[in-house]
Order: sequence, then structure tokens, then C-alpha cells
Amino acid sequence: MKLMLKYMSPYRLRIAVTILFKFAAVIFELLIPYILETMIDVAAPAKDVKRICIYGVIMVLCAVAAFLLNITANRMATKTARDSIKEVRGDLFSKTMYLCGDDFDDVTLPSLISRMTSDSYNVQSFLGMIQRMGVRAPIILAGGIAVACSMDMGLTLILVCMVPVLFSVIIFISKKGIPLFRRVQEKVDNVVRVMRENISGIRVIKALSMTEYEKERFGRANDMLTDEDIHAGEVMALPNPVMNLFLNLGLTCVILVGAYRVNAGVMKTGVILAFLTYFNIIIMAVMGVNRIFISYSKAGASADRIQEVLECSESLKQKEINSDGALKANTNKSGKSDYMIEFDDVSIKKMGLSGVSFKVRRGGTLGIIGATGCGKTTVLNLMMRFYDVDAGRVLIDGNDVREMGLKDLRSRFGVVFQNDMIFNDTIYENISFGRDLDINDVRRAAADANIAGFIEGLEEKYNYTAAIKGMNLSGGQRQRILIARALAGKPDIIVLDDASSALDYRTDAGIRAKLLDGYTGIVKVVIAQRVSSVMNMDNIIVMDEGKIIGSGTHDKLLAECGLYRGLFRLQMGEVQG
Amino acid sequence: MAPISSKTDKPKDTGGAMRHLISYIFEYKISLISAVILAVFGNILALAGPAVSGKAIDVIGLGGGRVDFDKVFFYVAILVCIYIVAGIMTYSLSVIMIRLGRNVSRKMRQEVFDKLTKLPVGYFDTHQTGDIISRVSYDIDVVNTSVSADITQVITSIITVAGSFGMMLFISRKLVLVVLVTLPASIIYTRYMTGKTRPLFRRRSKKYGELNGYTEEMFSGQKTVQAYAKEENIISKFDIINTSAADAYYEADYYGAIIGPSVGFINNISLALVAIAGSVLYLNNMTGIGQISSFILYSRKFSGPVNEIANMYNEILSALAAAERVFNFLDEEEEVTDRQGAVELKEVKGEIDFKNVCFGYNKTKNIIEDFNLKVSPGQVVAIVGPTGAGKTTLINLLMRFYDVCGGQILLDGIDIRDIKRDDLRKSFTMVLQDTWLFGGTIAENIAYGKPDASREDIERAAKSARISFYVNNMRDKYDTVITEDAGNLSKGQKQLMTIARAMLVDSKILILDEATSNVDTHTEKQIQKAMLELMKDKTCFIIAHRLSTIENADIILVIKDGKVAEQGSHRELMEKKGEYHNMYMAQYN
Repeated sequence: MKLMLKYMSPYRLRIAVTILFKFAAVIFELLIPYILETMIDVAAPAKDVKRICIYGVIMVLCAVAAFLLNITANRMATKTARDSIKEVRGDLFSKTMYLCGDDFDDVTLPSLISRMTSDSYNVQSFLGMIQRMGVRAPIILAGGIAVACSMDMGLTLILVCMVPVLFSVIIFISKKGIPLFRRVQEKVDNVVRVMRENISGIRVIKALSMTEYEKERFGRANDMLTDEDIHAGEVMALPNPVMNLFLNLGLTCVILVGAYRVNAGVMKTGVILAFLTYFNIIIMAVMGVNRIFISYSKAGASADRIQEVLECSESLKQKEINSDGALKANTNKSGKSDYMIEFDDVSIKKMGLSGVSFKVRRGGTLGIIGATGCGKTTVLNLMMRFYDVDAGRVLIDGNDVREMGLKDLRSRFGVVFQNDMIFNDTIYENISFGRDLDINDVRRAAADANIAGFIEGLEEKYNYTAAIKGMNLSGGQRQRILIARALAGKPDIIVLDDASSALDYRTDAGIRAKLLDGYTGIVKVVIAQRVSSVMNMDNIIVMDEGKIIGSGTHDKLLAECGLYRGLFRLQMGEVQG
Repeated sequence: MAPISSKTDKPKDTGGAMRHLISYIFEYKISLISAVILAVFGNILALAGPAVSGKAIDVIGLGGGRVDFDKVFFYVAILVCIYIVAGIMTYSLSVIMIRLGRNVSRKMRQEVFDKLTKLPVGYFDTHQTGDIISRVSYDIDVVNTSVSADITQVITSIITVAGSFGMMLFISRKLVLVVLVTLPASIIYTRYMTGKTRPLFRRRSKKYGELNGYTEEMFSGQKTVQAYAKEENIISKFDIINTSAADAYYEADYYGAIIGPSVGFINNISLALVAIAGSVLYLNNMTGIGQISSFILYSRKFSGPVNEIANMYNEILSALAAAERVFNFLDEEEEVTDRQGAVELKEVKGEIDFKNVCFGYNKTKNIIEDFNLKVSPGQVVAIVGPTGAGKTTLINLLMRFYDVCGGQILLDGIDIRDIKRDDLRKSFTMVLQDTWLFGGTIAENIAYGKPDASREDIERAAKSARISFYVNNMRDKYDTVITEDAGNLSKGQKQLMTIARAMLVDSKILILDEATSNVDTHTEKQIQKAMLELMKDKTCFIIAHRLSTIENADIILVIKDGKVAEQGSHRELMEKKGEYHNMYMAQYN
């Protein structure tokens, strides 16, 4: 609710006008049957043709007024729903884009996607509906109660007794409904997850002829969603007949009490009749209100899920400059530290990294090597502050990364991740990546990444559009475009994380040579599995199980580090064998 | 009743979507019939309630001191019974309709998914994942809501409307003439508006699909975006798409929102006309005042549900547009089905013969031209060459992800297009460039190609793939749940998992697509040993850049620009001092 109120509130005025218009429209609509009755009951028997005509005209005028007011109000309601949901979606999207690694992992990608699509749609339908349908029922309810009360106090008492019942049903709906629909939405996440997995793994699934198995797997997720949805629907269908029953029992009470009071001579029979008519109107109105609450609980569950993401703590917010003197001792605020990257006894438990320390000079090169899963990528994640360290600190250009603006920090990097993304856009855009780089810079980077030849050979050259996830490019072409992206923006630090796995030796070696010769003054970090990829670096760190077990130049490591020596021999042996 | 009639819809495929949707609903005939019965009795009870309370009031009407309480109690008891039965019926009706709606959407979801598995792989290279998902998470949901809520409304309305119309005919045929003037007006109007608004609703569904497509892509690439601190660019691009989706929503509703009030307006006019005409009739002594009153009463009962349906018309239109998107997806061209008389493969020897094979992803440009290669069972073929030369394409053709444009590929002497596709694919084991794991336990992921594998088999496979060490270090070992995209595993570990998966599948032909390139050399050495075992008695196609892994191949194919530049054994090619020799020597530099 909080979410919806927050996003509706900028349109308070428009909503007020909408409600006013709807209110007026309801009045005009109610006037029509009233005039009709007068016409038939009074004017017609009196054979007053002139009055019949006048009444007829008034009725038509009322109809026109109701028509115009309704349309205007409906359109305004749609406008409000459009504007507020647009903002909800916008905020949710940008929040997700800024979400830190921890939160992203917690909510999971499929859930974020379904919050953005399915949940925002639920909220939108409710926002439109509440304004359109939410006026009539309460007005009639209030009017009906007011009129009924003015008729007979004794009978009104029965109405008053019904109130707690109605309230408890409404409380039941809001209490019970939100968690119910929440579970439905969680099952939607599941369905989205299985679908995504199947789309991304379609080749493997087909290769293994596992489509039947996958159909069953989806079937299970689908059944779970259906069952949960049916369950929620069935529970939420309950209040309607229950309320109806109670109100109707109240109605019979009216007859009973009325019978006694008439018998006692304190009341006329006509009053019962009239009271019953209004009671029926009240019942209809209560049902209308009930419907609103049911739609609310569905939208409310979705709104909560959106709110959760919006409320994700900004755990990676720039820290206030730490008052701890010790921590600041080495920090040269002007950024003129001798070292571009410093890891000072860094540990992060979740990622299994402990006591990692190393330094990279300005313009220096660093190689990180180690077995699969030893924590190499974690070093990169900490450097760019996708996660925060538990202990120790990471300094970039002499500043603790927690004290730097994230944008300032990350814009110093040109990086290729292990599972990096090619976007469905032109090659120029994929390399420039929103940085509006000069085409010449892009060309140079593409040339250095040894992909320029391929691009120039294309008919549309840099305007060639990469398919979704770059599927119209080969694995090697994708990787080289990614490398070009990392090189193109004149970064301070270039990090390549296993960026050459799909490249042949010659291409890999060529790119590395370009990198070392042409990018002087820029820190180069290469994370790799092959010794040949890192052996020319100024400093190489060898990692194992989250720790640094050796560091130094190639020659030093060959002499001192057993694991490195082992790796090197294996590779050399390989080459010679 | 015009608004829901399918025949009134103008655009060609509108009727199609409607008929298609109705055919889904009609599969639940029993539910539908029970719903109608419940609705009929519910209506009768709804009418009986006031009648009985009227009787009670008549009894009370005798006045002070003379009220017959026995009779009052009797009627009240009947009333209570009626209300309880009515309540049960209402609830049963809702339950039936909820189940019907949800089952219809379950079926649609399943069909979308089944379809997804039948599409050619190329489809996913040109269609946004998010857009496809959006058909399940958004479009079907819209249909779902509409089916449960609107159909109940329509069923109950039909009864009320028909009943009231009958009563009106019974009371005064002349006054019905008035209604017969306004009713066609409503019908023509909704027809006109439907034609006008349907494209808008269609556009709106399409825009939502685009929005969802973009969202999925950017959420998937969130880390990259963050790394380049380009969140703002992506967000401002999203804003454009978001705005255009919001506008499409508004535009559709802007016109759609007229329909309800317009039909209400026509009905109100009709009411006024009836009143005037009735009065005129009365003035000419052609009818009694009581008749006019009850006629008006019934015409109000008649127009009530019509108004309600008109007010829901927006939802119906958007449900139809959504259903259309689902059906369009279901109509997408599928992977070519097996030829008639396609052979089942029983015993596979593993002989492969490429004969004059031509292929291009688009018709205009061939990537592979006149390619010939004969591989005997048990031979190892290594495919090398610069990236983009067409190596992966060969694999795509072998697995029939794509069909050749010219020539043929034979497996054991049979054109692979004459083999049941499932059988063909089962005769290959494949380790692909893109590792693929799904959300589930490690054991499930390894046993993926062989679901009936025992735990021992799985552990043995993991051991041969050198992944058992990592797995045993995890808290739940083989029952450790890995998340989608396997964020908690490194790329190398994923690679090892897929190798373990391949180890479990026993087939005659093995395809390795740069499979070992993400594993560190140490691990790779170990894998090689296991791999050699796996390769025993198998025909193998290996795409790798590690020349050492392919030195021992029987045939080495050097592919350049879609053609075989060189072909031969390692020794032959080294002696030739050509392309292969150059590539080999590059390792040392």
C-alpha cells in the first residue's frame, strides 16, 4: 500500500478531480431512474404532456452529463495509472541496475525479471481499476447507510451489528490475501526461471534430446503455479458469499425485528419494505467494496515485492571519510599514490578469500593465475567493488574503494568478465557502450583487439547489429569485441578475466603484445589459466584456495613456487609433446 | 450482447483469436455446463429471495397485534435456507470458474513451453528471451484474469438479459420496438470501436513484450553495465521504451474507456425513450401505468448487465490481444519435422560422411561451400582454424540445428535428414562452448543426459572429470543446489560439470567444442586422460585451440573461410609448412 500511495500522491489533484467527476457521474446516473419514477408516477397519470417532454429532456441531459463525466474521469484515471506505473517501473529498473552483488544474488535474476513484468502489471491494473470502480460502491454504500439510518433506529441497530462482521471479513482478506498472492508470484518466478534456463540451454537440451524431460520439469513448475493460483483464488472467493450470507441473514433479522415492532405498533409495514430496499442496495455496495479489497490484496502482494527491491539497502554507498586515522594513514586523497591498485590483507568470507595483499604500480602489469575456483575472479569483484570486504581494504589510486564514488571508481576500469555480455545493438555501440566514444577510438580498440579486420569486412561495418547475446558472432569474435570494449575508453586499469579462452594462441599472443606495447601508463591485469598469458607480466600472483601462495616475476616464481612451476612444466611439456 | 460476440469483430484474425480461446474454454465442457446450471439456479434464488420476503411482509402487514408469528418464522426460515443455498452456489460457481480459468492458462503456458522446445535454435538468436517469457508471465496472466472474471459475468448476464427480454416482450411488444432501435445502435457502435481499438491493444501487448525483452537483457548484463558505470545510459534508454509502453497502454485505454460509458449512455437514452413512448401509449389509452412500470423495471434489469459487460470491454480486448500474442507464438514455424519413414537408429557405428555440403545462415551468403569429409568409426577429427571460420557451423549441421542447403551428410550411410532427429542427436555426446547448467542439485546437473544414472555413476563421472574434489568440499556435496546461471561456480567448474555430464552419456560420437579452453592447464592434463578413455571406440570431432590436444588426431582439418585449407595428420601438416605449421609455431612466441 505504501508503495502505491507514494507513487499516486504526485497526482493527488488529478485523482481528486477524477473522484469528483465520478461522484457527479454517479449522481447523474442515479437521477435518471428517479426522474423516470416521477414521470411515470406523477406526470403520466396527470396526462401532462408538456411535463413528460421536459422530464424526457432532463433525462437525456443527465445521460449526456454522466457520459461525458465518466469518459473524462476514466481517461484521467488511466492517465494517473500510466504515469504512476511508469515511475514505478522506472525506479524499479534503475534500482535493479544499481543493485549490489549481494542483493542481486539474494533476489535472483528470474525474480527480478518477474517483479519487473508480472508484478508491475498487477499494480497497474489495480491502480486503473480502483479509480474507475472504487468510487461508485463507497458512495452508494455511504448513501444507503445514511438513508437507512434515518428511517428507523431499531432496524439500524441490526445494521450496526453487521459492521464488525464486515470489518473482520475485510481484515481477513487483507491479512490472508497478500501472503497468498505473494506465494503465487513466487511460483511465477519459478516458471520464469525454467523458461530462461531452457532458452539459454536450448542447444544442449536438444543435443541430449531432453525436451520431454524439460517439458515435465516445466510442467511441475506450471502445476505448482496453477495450484497456488487456484488456492489463492478459492480462498479469496470465500469472503464474497460469506459476507453476502451474513448481510442477508441481517436482512431476515430486519424482517423479524420489524415484525415485532409492527406488532407492537411502533412502526409501519412500509418502513420495513423501504428499509429492505436500501439494505439490498447496501449489500450490492458492500460486494463492490469487497471486490476492491480482493484486487487490492493481489496488487498489494506485488507492490510489496517491488517495494522490497526498492528498499534494498544501499550497502555499497560511498562511506563517509573514515575518522579512523590509522585507516587513512596511507590514503593520499589527491590520488597521487605510487600504486594504482593495493590489496591490504583483504578477506571476504562469503567468497572464501583470506589475507590477500598485493600492489600494482602505475602503468604496471599484474597476472593472476591459479586453479579453477581459487578466487581469482573474487579479486576482480573486490577491485571494482561488486562486494565489500569483511576485513582489510582495497585501494585504487590511493583511495579506499569504499570512500570513492562507485561511478568514479568503475569508470577507471576497462574490463572483460568471464561471462560477459554482447548486447543486441550495433558493433559500435557494443564497443563504445554508451560512452559516446569517437569512432576513431573504437576503430583503434577494435584493431588492437584484432577484430577490426572482421568488422571492416562486414557490409555495414561498425553499424552491423549483433544478434541477441551476440549469437550471430562466433565465440572468438564475441570475446574480441569485448576486449575492444575494455580497451576503447582510455581506462586507468584494464582487466581481462579469462578473456581469451575462445581465442587461438596466435590471436591471444597478438592481442597481448598490443596491450603491453600500446597501453603504457595503464595498469593491465590479466586473469588466466595459461602461464603463457601471464608470464610477461611485471608481477604474477599465484592463488590457491582463496590465498596467495606465491608472487613475483616469472623467473622468481619458477624458482620459488612449486605450483607455478608445475603449471609451467605441464604447459611446456604440452607444447613440446 | 454485442460486445462479446466474435462475429462482430472486424479485423481478420480477431475472430481467430476469439475462436481459438473459446476452443480452449470449451474443453472444460462439464465445468461450463455446471457453471451455467449454477448460474441459472442462482438467478432463480436471487429472484425468490425478494418474493419470499414480500410474503413475510404481507403477513406483517396485518398490523399491530395481529402479526402471525408462526408464518413470519416460516418465511424467515425459508429465507435463511435460500440464502445459505445461494451462498453455496455462488461459491461453487466461483470455484468452478477459477479452476477453469487457471486450467486454461496452465494449458496455454504448457503449450507455449512445448512450442519453445520445438522451435529451431536459430529462433532464439533473433527473439528476445524476455519477450518470449513475457508471453507466459504477462500475456497469459491477462487472459487468465479475464477468463475467470469475465466469463462468469457473461454467463450470469446472458440469463438475466434473456429473461428480462422475454418479460419485456411479454409485457409490451410496442415498447420493445424502442429497445430494438437502441440495441442495434449499441451493437454497431461496439463493432466500430472494436475495429478501431483492437490495433491499439495489439500494439500495447507488443510494447510490453519489447519492454520485457529489454528488461531481461539488461538485468542479465547488469554486472557489465555496472562495471562500465553506464547505468544512466541504460536507464535513459529504458525510459524511452518505458514511456512508449506507457503511452501504448494509455492510448488503448483512452479509446477503450469510451466504450463502457457510451453503451451506458445509449442504454440511458433507451430508458428515456421507453419512458416517453410508454407515457404516449398511456395517454392514448393503449397501455396501463402498471405495465409501463414493470416494463421499465425489466428494461433496467436488461441494461444492467449489458452496461457491466461494456465496462469490462477494455479487459476483454486486452485479453484478446494478449491471447493473440500467445497464439502467434504457437504458430511460429517449427523445426522441420522428421521425414516420412524416418529411420530409427538402433546400432550406431559412427561413420560420418560429408558430401558436397553447402550451407549459409542466410540464403545470400554461403559460409560453407562444397565441403567433403569421410570419417571412419573411431577416428578422431580435429577442426582448427581462426575464429569465425565456420567450425561451429559444422557441428550445427551435424546435430541438425540447421539443415544443409546443398549436398548431404551421412551417418552410417544414411542421410541424417532421413533419421529420426531424436535418435540422431542421441547418438552424439556434446560438450559445448557455452556451458549450460540449470537450477538444481549438482547430481541432477551431472545426470542430466541420463536421468536414471545411479549415485555411483554420477560420482564416478565427477571423479573422471576431476570435479569431485570441488563437489566434496561443498557443504551438501552432490546435493548442493546451484543457482540458475550457476553464479556460485566459476566458468572452469561449470566446464568440468558439463564434461562430467558428457561422461555419463554413452554414445558413439563425441563432439567437443573448445571444451577444455576454460580449464586450467593442470586440470586440463587430468581431463585429457579421462577424455582419452571417453574417446575410446568413439568417432570424435574436436574443436580446440590447444594444438597439443589435437596432435594425436587422425585427421586434422584446417578450416579457413568455410573451406578446408589443409587436411591431414599432424606430421603431414607440419611437413607441409603451411597454415597449420604457422599456427603451431605461434605457440612458442
